[in-house]
Amino acid sequence: MAELQFREALRQAIDEEMARDENVFIMGEEVSEYNGAYKVTEGLLETYGFKRVIDTPIAELGFAGIGVGAAMNGLRPIIEFMTFNFAVLAADQIINHASKVKYMLGGQVSVPIVFRGPNASAGQLGATHSVAYESMYAHFPGIKVIHPSEPGDAKGLLKSAIRDNDTVLFMESEQMYGLKGEVNEDPEHLIPIGKAAVKREGSDVTLVTHGKIYHTVVKAAAELAKEGIEAEIVDLRTVKPLDMDTVIASVKKTHRCVVVDEAHPFAGTAAEVGYLLQRDAFDDLDAPVVRVTLPDVSAPFSKPLFDAWFPSVKDVVDGAKQVYYKS
Amino acid sequence: MAIKVEMPKLSDTMEEGVLAKWNIQEGDTVSAGDVIADVETDKATMEMEVFDSGTILKLLVDEGDTIPLGGLVAVIGEPGEDISGLVSGGASGESSSSEAATEPETADSASESFDPIFGGIGSGNTTDSSDSSDSTQTTSTTDGRVKASPLAKKVASEKGLDLQTLQGSGPNGRVVIADVEKALAGGAPSQAATSSAAPAAQAGTTSTPEPQTSASTQAPAPVSRPSSGSEKVKVSQMRKVIARRLSESKFTNPHFYVSVDVDMANVVAARGQLNQVSPVKISFNDIILKAAALSLKKHPWVNGSWNETEMTIHHDVHIAFAVAVDEGLLTPVITHTDQKSLMEISAESKELAGLAREKKLQPQQMEGSTFTISNLGMFGIDEFTAIINPPNAAILAVGGIRDEAVVKEGAIVPGKRMKLTLSSDHRIVDGAKAAEYLNELKHMLENPLAMML
Repeated sequence: MAELQFREALRQAIDEEMARDENVFIMGEEVSEYNGAYKVTEGLLETYGFKRVIDTPIAELGFAGIGVGAAMNGLRPIIEFMTFNFAVLAADQIINHASKVKYMLGGQVSVPIVFRGPNASAGQLGATHSVAYESMYAHFPGIKVIHPSEPGDAKGLLKSAIRDNDTVLFMESEQMYGLKGEVNEDPEHLIPIGKAAVKREGSDVTLVTHGKIYHTVVKAAAELAKEGIEAEIVDLRTVKPLDMDTVIASVKKTHRCVVVDEAHPFAGTAAEVGYLLQRDAFDDLDAPVVRVTLPDVSAPFSKPLFDAWFPSVKDVVDGAKQVYYKS
Repeated sequence: MAIKVEMPKLSDTMEEGVLAKWNIQEGDTVSAGDVIADVETDKATMEMEVFDSGTILKLLVDEGDTIPLGGLVAVIGEPGEDISGLVSGGASGESSSSEAATEPETADSASESFDPIFGGIGSGNTTDSSDSSDSTQTTSTTDGRVKASPLAKKVASEKGLDLQTLQGSGPNGRVVIADVEKALAGGAPSQAATSSAAPAAQAGTTSTPEPQTSASTQAPAPVSRPSSGSEKVKVSQMRKVIARRLSESKFTNPHFYVSVDVDMANVVAARGQLNQVSPVKISFNDIILKAAALSLKKHPWVNGSWNETEMTIHHDVHIAFAVAVDEGLLTPVITHTDQKSLMEISAESKELAGLAREKKLQPQQMEGSTFTISNLGMFGIDEFTAIINPPNAAILAVGGIRDEAVVKEGAIVPGKRMKLTLSSDHRIVDGAKAAEYLNELKHMLENPLAMML
């Protein structure tokens, strides 16, 4: 185990997989000579050369399409988007090609590709650079969506994503690249896609979350503990496939659930978790499932407005108290 | 109207600034765009511009002070304007939420110390709140429905607690699990007697509490609604097992029934002779057990079990017999019934029935049956049908021995007759097989000496 930054954990995963399989290559804006906009790919050019660490023009649809074609022909591309906000331009390749080729060709051709990059808001970056896209992509069949919260999970899941034979979207956060955490350095240590992790055990309320806002939830759990409410934190890690078994097992213990989702509320991951909970754990619920999400409003730029917009520790604490019938 | 001048965000990562130098004094006139101060940020010393024109009415911080983003540093307005409303409460300590100072905020630990990921993210408000706003304790039954959480309903139902008697503490009077637990712990007097937790034990091995039927146990508690004349009785562990197993059997196993009328005259006579020599009294039931067991050896399908993918034919015959007890019934098993003498069967069945009535049967004494007999003859029943005791393939329902006028060789004579009804699982036992078995049993009972062969 080593204490690594999130970006170092990602780099280690990419490096190990590129060393393991010569079909793996990485492509994106500034990934090569500039070492990556967020320095995830630092040093990879020296090791693997221009053929496997490829700078692209600012043309997301183009290089996403090149990646899909390469994957259909047997390579294993890792496509880095400087942010998933820019990947909207490549959505046709992701939604209509990467996710559907295998289906439409009756399984004859796979698209083993990883699209990765930062997702969701990262402070005052304005409305168009602050969107959480995981539930939008998870909506489509044929796409796996991973959104880890800690460096150790990021490495193990990115390795699984690169080895996966189908399309995987791997989401990060600008604000987590510097985050440090324990990382398993065994090149064969993989974390399976689609498995949530219980990151804190508690008996009173289940807090389901994923991605960067997990760290807000950790703080909220500490606040709740001061008031005698022991929260259990389920970090989904993978949004799709969604590991409801772990969520339901936790809710059957706590009988209460707050889903904390750094996305807009409508048809989001929190909505799906809430639906599945009422379907599969109805008799175990003592209170309606509560969501803590962004409001149905685009990101504001102004700092005070941003702070009001982004779910806070207090919002999570309030949500937990609501399902606990304690205010 | 007075305008606040606040600490601006002068770099992407800036959280606070040090006011290095004021370029103006109170009373000076400024225009939009004027640089009124130098501010040290985490990166550099930057110029602080004003966006409005007017007179500097008040400088609220001193050179060298550290001010968070949005902190009030000065006020611009018309000379002589009253600004006490703006500057009261001090400026330097106020954070970005100073605009909302009238609304006291709960201290949020996230904003007290700088966080490498989130910086000073304050408290917003994006929690779904449709449920929590109204927690008035209107009674939950005003519209005729008891509002209760699914968990509260489930637990109340398991513990035999009437939700109608509870006052819900949740939103709109919803009964939540805390209310149920409080009632079960004795909070609701009318329910206290039935609140003892049900012991999780095998049916029959536990002394289950008496159903709350006796009026003498406690005075009737006042109820919150007009009495409907019914009463909730707690479901005992035994009743739960009976309910589950027999529902499962009746709803799953395709039952069919065949009956015969057995001439019991020879058994009545033989029993009289046996009891003159036997040290233990042989009952009709003992004889039926023995005859049923011997017949099963000849008709093994009736001594079977259905398991969907395969059928089991048991080579041993272990007959269970139903024993009525206060709260239900139990089915102790006489193992190797076919190999035991009538005396052994008699002694064993008496002992097992006694243990059953005293609730002392051990689980293993009720396990492993391959066939079951239920006898209601002693209750004056002529004939009835029984529900198969899983995983058996059949159950024999035994009626009482009737004195009846029968036609024998053309003459009406007194006779002893008994009805036997076999319920069979059609998946494993067909009609003809059931008939063959029942005829074998009839033949054996009509010729009891055959049992000795």
